Amino acid sequence: MSYDAMRHFADSWGLVFMGLSYLILIGWHFRPGARRRSGDAATMIFTDSDTKGGDHG
Amino acid sequence: MSARAGDFDEHISWGISMEQLVMKAGGWFALALLAAAAAVMAADSGFAVHMTIVAATGLLLAALTLKRADYGAIIRGALKMPDQGRYDDDMIRWGVIATIFWGLAGFLAGLYIALQLAFPALNLGIEYTSFGRLRPLHTSAVIFAFGGNALIATSFYVVQRTCRARLAFPTMARFVFWGYQMFIVLAATGYLMGITEGKEYAEPEWYVDLWLTVVWVCYLLVFGGTILKRSEPHIYVANWFYLSFIITIAMLHIVNNLSMPVSLLGSKSYAAFAGVQDALTQWWYGHNAVGFFLTAGFLAMMYYFVPKQAERPVYSYRLSIIHFWSLIFLYIWAGPHHLHYTALPDWAQTLGMVFSIMLWMPSWGGMINGLMTLNGAWDKIRTDPIIRMMVMALAFYGMSTFEGPMMSIKAVNSLSHYTDWTIGHVHSGALGWNGMITFACLYYMAPRLWGRERLYSLRMVNWHFWLATVGIVLYAAAMWTAGIMQGLMWREYGSDGYLVYAFSEVVKAMFPMYLIRAAGGLLYLAGAIIMAVNIGLTIAGRQREEKPMRDAAFDPAADRPLQPHAA
Repeated sequence: MSYDAMRHFADSWGLVFMGLSYLILIGWHFRPGARRRSGDAATMIFTDSDTKGGDHG
Repeated sequence: MSARAGDFDEHISWGISMEQLVMKAGGWFALALLAAAAAVMAADSGFAVHMTIVAATGLLLAALTLKRADYGAIIRGALKMPDQGRYDDDMIRWGVIATIFWGLAGFLAGLYIALQLAFPALNLGIEYTSFGRLRPLHTSAVIFAFGGNALIATSFYVVQRTCRARLAFPTMARFVFWGYQMFIVLAATGYLMGITEGKEYAEPEWYVDLWLTVVWVCYLLVFGGTILKRSEPHIYVANWFYLSFIITIAMLHIVNNLSMPVSLLGSKSYAAFAGVQDALTQWWYGHNAVGFFLTAGFLAMMYYFVPKQAERPVYSYRLSIIHFWSLIFLYIWAGPHHLHYTALPDWAQTLGMVFSIMLWMPSWGGMINGLMTLNGAWDKIRTDPIIRMMVMALAFYGMSTFEGPMMSIKAVNSLSHYTDWTIGHVHSGALGWNGMITFACLYYMAPRLWGRERLYSLRMVNWHFWLATVGIVLYAAAMWTAGIMQGLMWREYGSDGYLVYAFSEVVKAMFPMYLIRAAGGLLYLAGAIIMAVNIGLTIAGRQREEKPMRDAAFDPAADRPLQPHAA
């Protein structure tokens, strides 16, 4: 692939691919029902507290 | 001294057979012999010194292996390290100590070279203590030794606790820690001897680069392996940041350091790229070292330790995901802003500038996410000096990620580039954001790792906070003033078209600012010394008798509305 061809690919389909990937990766966390999952993920560091017993906290 | 539960130390089997012992000690000895041979045949003295260091390390390890003593247990006793618990924490305890040690070394080197700028006689007329050699020693000591050890230690701490799994490949984890210290020693001694590739933040020569590559791949295997064996279905967002930091640094390090050694027994090598391609590769590396080493890695600390210390979940988990992917997609393009008005094509400069400005949004999203984690618990800023440190760190994350995009605008850059404004910007990020969040994490981890009820002294944390904060303010304000003055004096024309100021006049004018900067550095170092004492005594198991840090209690007799005056 010549530099010219690669450059045109990068600012057309490459750009579209990057943009769509970004939107999908973020959009995934805004799908229906994802709010509860995000809440679970955010609080999981507090459950099964590691401050007792094995962790000498 | 503690005997450890048998099921935890299957990876360090002290009761090895005689054949294994001979093989192991023989292996270290063979390594020492090879290194010694390389030292004898070395093409230059620097390479010979490095191979001697390697040979000495190999001999030491061979001797230690043959003596068969349980040195791990002896050191655990000396450092009062508790038995291994649910998680594999030995390397994290080592990491806490190494972070503090390298931090002090790096801050001291920084203070010394700051004073050299004010008083050049401090170069001492010796090549080893000249500014040019100590400067990369300072930058690498604070970024890679202090920051790198903090990142390795906290990543091992966080990944085990959020995955609820012990570290994968425990022996390899120990190799990662000690191998990384070896990298630091080789890099630092190399700078003093003048061994350098001349690439900012990528100064180590080809053989040290290869060694770091091996260590780093092992780091990825340990970290990734722990994630794979997790017993928690979700991978907490802090681990995403850590993983992106490890993978991206591997990629950057390998590509930017592609070079051809002159001799396999010599320290000198030549880069695979030349001219503007080399410059672009270097700053693609350099800016992403900032973006992924000093930002993504430390954001991982922020996303775990701020919620833990505040005892409330991160303000918005989904905002943290947006923060993550935006940094990943944007940061990698920002490097060309280091090459404004150079031979780099204009479109590439503009691309770097535009992506830098776009970075402002996710950066501030992340800062707001961290700060708003305290929503409803703002009183902790007053009562908890560790939270106060975290908030200051986030404030500086916000300030330096605003300042950076602003300085990447070409018109601003034409004033700021090559001046001390850049130094001020870097240090507001490094001292304010990286330093403060690291100190807070060390204060969080130390009592937990050594099984102490609390730190030796919270009031000393408070002293550290204020010394560091005032130090940063002096430093950044002095450098902004110096940099803008410098830029304005450089571009000042007289009516006849000649430059008004000679370079020497600009240097002379900056003398007071250099003194203020050194004073700021001294305060910052003083705070770090207080931290070393505080954490040292915490490890020793002492607790200072002191008035608790809390709010004034409610007093119904005094806390009432004023009586209206009688008419």
